Amino acid sequence: MSEIHHRTTLPIDQRPRVLEMLGIDKVFNGNVTALKGMNLRVNEGDFISLLGPSGCGKSTALRLISGLMSPTTGRILWEGGKSRGDIGVVFQEPTLMPWATVARNVYLPFRLRGQSYASVRDEIHEALDLVGLAKFPDAYPRELSGGMKMRVSIARALVTNPRLILMDEPFGALDEITRQKLNNDLLRLKAEIGCTVIFVTHSVFESVFLSDRIVVMAARPGRVVEELQIDEPYPRDLAFRTSPEYAAYSQKVSAALMTAMGELV
Amino acid sequence: MSVQNETDSGIGHPPLTEAMVWDAEEARRARARQIEAVARWLVPVLVVFLTLFIWDRFVVVNEIPHFILPSPGRIWQQLVADRALLGASLIITLRITLMALAVAVVGGVILAILFTQSRFAELVFFPYAVILQVTPIVSIAPLIFIYVQDATARVLICAWIVAFFPILSNTTLGLKSVDHNLRDLFTIYGANRWQRLIHLQLPSALPYFLGGLRIAGGLALIGAIVAEYVVGSGGAGSGLAFRILEASYRLNIPRMFAALTLIAVVGVTIFALTGLLSHLLLRKWHESAIRREA
Ligand SMILES: Nc1ncnc2c1ncn2[C@@H]1O[C@H](COP(=O)(O)OP(=O)(O)O)[C@@H](O)[C@H]1O
Ligand SMILES: [Mg+2]
Repeated sequence: MSEIHHRTTLPIDQRPRVLEMLGIDKVFNGNVTALKGMNLRVNEGDFISLLGPSGCGKSTALRLISGLMSPTTGRILWEGGKSRGDIGVVFQEPTLMPWATVARNVYLPFRLRGQSYASVRDEIHEALDLVGLAKFPDAYPRELSGGMKMRVSIARALVTNPRLILMDEPFGALDEITRQKLNNDLLRLKAEIGCTVIFVTHSVFESVFLSDRIVVMAARPGRVVEELQIDEPYPRDLAFRTSPEYAAYSQKVSAALMTAMGELV
Repeated sequence: MSVQNETDSGIGHPPLTEAMVWDAEEARRARARQIEAVARWLVPVLVVFLTLFIWDRFVVVNEIPHFILPSPGRIWQQLVADRALLGASLIITLRITLMALAVAVVGGVILAILFTQSRFAELVFFPYAVILQVTPIVSIAPLIFIYVQDATARVLICAWIVAFFPILSNTTLGLKSVDHNLRDLFTIYGANRWQRLIHLQLPSALPYFLGGLRIAGGLALIGAIVAEYVVGSGGAGSGLAFRILEASYRLNIPRMFAALTLIAVVGVTIFALTGLLSHLLLRKWHESAIRREA
């Protein structure tokens, strides 16, 4: 019996809301406008990519959602409650505790809730299984490759079966081959557990391959300029990567990104 | 390797297979590792023996009298002859050093935790820590001997003052050197202060603390010795430092050397033990404990 709850993903127009960002502005030090008038509705089962040049406020958006900072104006509404829901996060760096084993790293979210290791052992092992690390619970992070560290980070993000997983350029520091492999695995994971993901990237191809919605953003001030849907059924595989549809979507998204960057290009 | 492989595979030579090349390479590395492991111990030991040998020859050839410079053998004889006296002093010096180190560890770590938990506490206490650190212990010691009556406590306080600062400053630095992404992660998962300290800050600070401990171990010994020198023939004067002073008044040069040897042995032992502790605690995960081949 599996421990991590598996949700089914509804068609894109029938999904219930998870959260909504309403008219969000974020101004740093009274002069740097990192985000201006951002609206975003996140539905259960969405795979949303925030795509844009660096400095357009993608990370800021995630930090606002995760509650690490609060918006200067605007509100973030969480469905079914005033407070932020249970979330998982993956940063660009694996961000593992070097002194703890893989299993102990994945245990962290439970530990901070005061749950004993024994009571969540099954969840931890299933999460490691899902990311393909079932054989390495006792390894230390330094013994793992960059891609494997990232997998531990992903296992930690999904082990509590959160309502929403935030990923900030998680594969940006990896080589292309590892990156593609992790992209494939991420989609397989998504199909298996039906999690909701907001994924930050500056790769057009990555965003097209992974998402069902792409939010294109521009900088100075950081803002949303376009939202595109990728109406392509999951699971997506190598066939999709080489299909004419993929090429067409990539072209469309690239064009939107070019327009967003305007005269700067 | 592979280029050689192609040119070598002429008549008469069986072609080198991938596996054989790999094995040869592996074997070479294994040999290098073995040699390295032995050399790590052997070289320092040989250097010490060589030094002792040259010292001995120097003394014998030049017929230097033992009350000017005793030979290593003469020092050893003195050590054996004075073993009861010097052994008792050794235990006293050792006890002071270890107690000072223990108090420095406890005090330094607690103060460091306090500093990182409260900015106010840091502002209040840090100046005192610095003043104690920068003021030479020989200039504070006479005051301590006026105000503190207990003989052991006097020396202990001196040794502690010298030893605690590296623990304090290193641990404080370590507690503040937490990976900022991990800090964010703890915030997102709703960690409280206590959880953050136990599960994040203290493990992050461990390598820094151990670095401080290695310095403090040596300093605790220096503090104990210096304090005893300053106290001179006072009540606590029966440690190794006092034996050196006493022997110098009596021009018993071999005994001075014997006591000095014991002090050096204590210092080296402390250094080795703190190094071993550091290795045992960090070998699984910390960069400093990872050995890579050049
Ligand atoms: N803590 C901060 N203080 C001041 N300025 C910040 C801070 N965080 C981000 N910024 C600024 O906000 C803008 C958006 O940053 P960020 O959200 O990190 O962009 P992205 O992730 O899209 O590259 C940038 O101009 C950045 O310099
Ligand atoms: Mg960013």
